[in-house]
Amino acid sequence: MTRATEAATPTDAALDDRPEPKKSFFRRRRTREAGLAALFLAPSVLIFSAFFFYPIGRIVYLGFFQQNQTRTRQRYVGFDQYREILTGNEFTDGLVITLKYVALTVPAGLVLGVLLAVAANRKLKGIKVFHAIFASTVATSVAVASIVWLVLINPTVGYFKVDWLRDTDMALFGVALSSIWQNLGLTFIIVIAGLQAIPEELNEAATIDGMGPVRRFFTVTLPMLSPALLFLVVVLTVFAFQAFAQIDILTDGGPAGSTETLVFKIFTLQQGGAIGEGSVMAVGLFVITFAAALGQFVLLERRVHYGSGEA
Amino acid sequence: MSAVSFDGVTKRFGDVVAVDSLSLEIIDQEFMVLLGPSGCGKSTALRMIAGLETVSDGTLRIGDVVVNDIEAKDRDIAMVFQSYALYPHMTVRQNVEVPLKTRSYAVDDEPPRKLTKDERDERVRETAQTLGLEALLDRKPGALSGGQRQRVALARAIVRRPEVFLMDEPLSNLDAKLRAQTRVELVELHRQLQTTIVYVTHDQVEAMTMADRVAILSDGRLQQVGEPQAVYERPANLFVARFIGSPPMNTVDGTMRVDSTGVRVEVPGGPLAVEGVDTPTDGHAVVAGVRPEHLSIGDGPLSATVRAVEWLGHERHVYCDLGGTSVIVRDTEDGGGGARAGDEVRLAAAPGEVHLFDANTSERLN
Repeated sequence: MTRATEAATPTDAALDDRPEPKKSFFRRRRTREAGLAALFLAPSVLIFSAFFFYPIGRIVYLGFFQQNQTRTRQRYVGFDQYREILTGNEFTDGLVITLKYVALTVPAGLVLGVLLAVAANRKLKGIKVFHAIFASTVATSVAVASIVWLVLINPTVGYFKVDWLRDTDMALFGVALSSIWQNLGLTFIIVIAGLQAIPEELNEAATIDGMGPVRRFFTVTLPMLSPALLFLVVVLTVFAFQAFAQIDILTDGGPAGSTETLVFKIFTLQQGGAIGEGSVMAVGLFVITFAAALGQFVLLERRVHYGSGEA
Repeated sequence: MSAVSFDGVTKRFGDVVAVDSLSLEIIDQEFMVLLGPSGCGKSTALRMIAGLETVSDGTLRIGDVVVNDIEAKDRDIAMVFQSYALYPHMTVRQNVEVPLKTRSYAVDDEPPRKLTKDERDERVRETAQTLGLEALLDRKPGALSGGQRQRVALARAIVRRPEVFLMDEPLSNLDAKLRAQTRVELVELHRQLQTTIVYVTHDQVEAMTMADRVAILSDGRLQQVGEPQAVYERPANLFVARFIGSPPMNTVDGTMRVDSTGVRVEVPGGPLAVEGVDTPTDGHAVVAGVRPEHLSIGDGPLSATVRAVEWLGHERHVYCDLGGTSVIVRDTEDGGGGARAGDEVRLAAAPGEVHLFDANTSERLN
């Protein structure tokens, strides 16, 4: 309504000649609409407040305090605690390990998922069975996935008789393996849905334009998948930042702290009663995860093509 | 520039026969329209030329080369799809340039090679000019209208200068006005390019207005092939007779009568004289066909009742009941007179304009 009114006022001169608009009518109407909007928004605002905004605020608040071992008393220490911890070795070590973990899981998971989906995206009898199998890890809990891999890479009874989980250089890779495997189901589902949304005629046109399968994949398929891939990059990165259970089960942060990611450190700190320090790290992790996701959107969005735009 | 020849070509999908031993010679530089209702096999036939479907049986040639086992990407054809199938993530320029990047081309009778960037740019520019796309080159397909997208699809096809153009219902997503305009442009484009065009449509107006020759298919079989006028004037069977023409040809069941006065057909409203029957057989069950413009109201042997009159400005369609069968008379007489609903009228048809078909085989008898 307001936009239409604005559009109808091209020059100041024209504005002067116009009769005074009936402001009261519009204002009353706008107030009523605002009330209605607030009403519609109320449920989600409530839920977000209870489960998101309040906890975040609470963590930021707790970061200003230091607790005693038994958590019976706390004292205000202010921003000093933020400065100390966020620049301290403990946090930066955790951050480096977390980033390594992201680098190990996200690209590999994405490539494997795309390969698997492309391989399974063909019209064959019984292919749905394979779709179900490839997608099934999405229905597996992290605990189950971790146990499966714990057994698979057990040095004595495992399928791959390796001792990675007790090797400081390989432990993070071992944990990453189980995460890659577990996330594969989700990646597969998203990518195959993306593949199936590509019009068949587009591939046919590409064939007639002289492209072989490999060229078609890079020229047509991959660009058409870009929205799905962007979504997956963001989600898998956030998953990697948040990984906890697999580390807890497979290595318990070891050996020698080589798999202590930020989340794991936060957990151990808070277990030890250092609620304030843990909170500071949690805020740090939140800011970094948020920035990473935002950065990915901003950087990658330009290269993403949404929809065909066909009428 | 090349001819396309189907020699007993069959395409089966499982138990379904989509194209049934099709034999059709498409002449070099001809505008051939494959016409038929949906499911008649016309698109499958086109897709076999493109290499998007394999040939189950028979021989398919482009020029002198048997292409049965040649892959789509290695055939020298270009295709315009019904949905246009433009690459949505590329600009118009990139869309048109794609086939130039992927294939090799013979320049000045040298052996085929990849084109240089300058050569590609030149060809894209030329093509864009031909189709009036210069101003749109840096837009993406999403920002174009349906008609513009259709032009880009055409541009992507002609930039290749292929031996054969294939077009699969390229006008069906355009509005009526734009479709009529594009029909004329396509005919002009064909004259300019002097290339073989195989064009699939279910729209007989497109077929009649653009084709050098029309091939009419039904149930996977070729019904008739010929110049549009010939097909209209002498349909080979009942299917073609009923499919071509708008409003459609009137067809009435009857019995052939042969006596000293000649050959006529007894139809529900009376007798109808016919000419040129190959083998006159008294008592033969036939179907008589007369086009609406060849029926006239006035004196005549047939008695009918007018059910409704449609006035279209330049002509009237008079719907009559002829002994239980509905027939349409196309009346181009000026003035406000003429028949009204409920009138009893007499209908006449010149013997030379009566088409006769065998009631059992549907084949033409005269």
